[in-house]
Amino acid sequence: MMKGFMVFLAKLISGASARWVGSVPERRQRIYFANHTSNLDALVLWAVLPAEIRALTRPVAARDYWSTGIRRYIANKIFHAILIERKKPTARDNPIEQILTAMGNDKSIIIFPEGGRQTGDAPTEFKSGLYHLAQKCPDAELIPVLMDNLNRILPKGEVLPVPLIGHVTFGPPMKLLPDESKQAFLERARAEVMRLHDL
Amino acid sequence: MNLKFDQEILWLGGGVFTLLLVATVIGQWLRYRVKSDSGQKTIQNLNARTKAWWFMVAVFALAMVAGRGGTVILFGLISFLALREFITLTPTRLGDHRTLFWVFFVITPLQYVLLWYDWYELFIILIPVYAFLFVPLRSAVAGDCEKFLERTAKIQWGLMVCVYCVSHAPALLFLNIPGYEGENGKLLFYFICIVQISDVLQYVWGKTLGRHKIAPTVSPNKTWEGFIGGIATAVAIGAGLWWATPFTPLQSAGMSLAITLMGYAGGLVMSAIKRDRGVKDYGTLIEGHGGVMDRIDSICFAAPVFFHLTRYYFT
Repeated sequence: MMKGFMVFLAKLISGASARWVGSVPERRQRIYFANHTSNLDALVLWAVLPAEIRALTRPVAARDYWSTGIRRYIANKIFHAILIERKKPTARDNPIEQILTAMGNDKSIIIFPEGGRQTGDAPTEFKSGLYHLAQKCPDAELIPVLMDNLNRILPKGEVLPVPLIGHVTFGPPMKLLPDESKQAFLERARAEVMRLHDL
Repeated sequence: MNLKFDQEILWLGGGVFTLLLVATVIGQWLRYRVKSDSGQKTIQNLNARTKAWWFMVAVFALAMVAGRGGTVILFGLISFLALREFITLTPTRLGDHRTLFWVFFVITPLQYVLLWYDWYELFIILIPVYAFLFVPLRSAVAGDCEKFLERTAKIQWGLMVCVYCVSHAPALLFLNIPGYEGENGKLLFYFICIVQISDVLQYVWGKTLGRHKIAPTVSPNKTWEGFIGGIATAVAIGAGLWWATPFTPLQSAGMSLAITLMGYAGGLVMSAIKRDRGVKDYGTLIEGHGGVMDRIDSICFAAPVFFHLTRYYFT
């Protein structure tokens, strides 16, 4: 019930609805990767997914930010987030392994390859996590997602939202090509997200 | 003050209901008769509009039943949603964030609260004076000077059109017109009817007879035939509805002329803005939101003019 309320709240504040261009909601294993500009990103992306897809999708979030107080409750009980160590990953505390275990063979994930919230207009360079996940999960579809306007609704550093209208655009799936280098792949993935601006 | 429920309201309501019913029936019938692709598209457009109409009439009727308070709340929501669409489309920067919070959650509700309490003197200057001065101040204090004048002007404009102008429609309910006490609901009804009928008639005349374009760079669908035909028939209808208003038939025709001309102006200006922003419809860009701005673009310009004409000559 809390989940339903959060979904409702997210859609109300952001006015966002999902637009699927080149792909449709499907119950298959997917890695949704999006640009990151606001605290609302994970919440809104998660909220605009259709309910049965949402039940199978877990956002990946930074443990250092989400493991205290009310945030911990929200991350664990409502989102079922996968909390990873992003500042100092070790062999023991390897975020990629953690994500892969949590994904199993049917769960989808939401990740933000830029690492943290960015303030620029275009997404910055993607970190390498997406590449490793694409390598280790060749059957998962990679769906680029563009989050638009959420940084105007709740910018980094602000607490009060302004009720503008956000957009979430889901793009066509992409796959890691054989013999594609990490750099080339990450650059291509980033371009796919930016391309959604014009679709 | 409760809006008096009298025979004339029933006539007005019944008239609108019948009109919509006829439009729905014709729309459905045409759907099966028209074969061509472009014809089908037009029919679909018309039917979608008719559906939107039913919704609007239902909402409006509910608000009127709830009295002045209900109507004020309804228009407050309309202003809020329209402003939301408008500001989404006009780029603002981080420096405007807190200003916008004030605009949405303080200034807009305040305008309608002032209306509710019938504090006319402040209602009429809140936005053109106080909000006008406050908005640039708050943004200046935030410190971001890039495109400062542009950003502040856009926010001002949004406030004026979406909030100030729109609020003059429910303000009609608060006018003290001698001999017409408690009947202002019909005046608001009359106003909305004429504005919207004029829009529809301009469209219909334009579609059937349109040949000479008026402003092709702004709105390729507007033609002289549509304009003159639509305005003329709308004024005729307005004159015919004089019995629901405090006007004589001639005065009603004059008022309708003012309303329809300003309605046209509003539509034209909002089209120019849409073109500038590269948007075809506020509604299609913002999915699932209904395009509130598209529905009220004519009302925005017509409301303040009609309000002041009525106030000046009839109170």
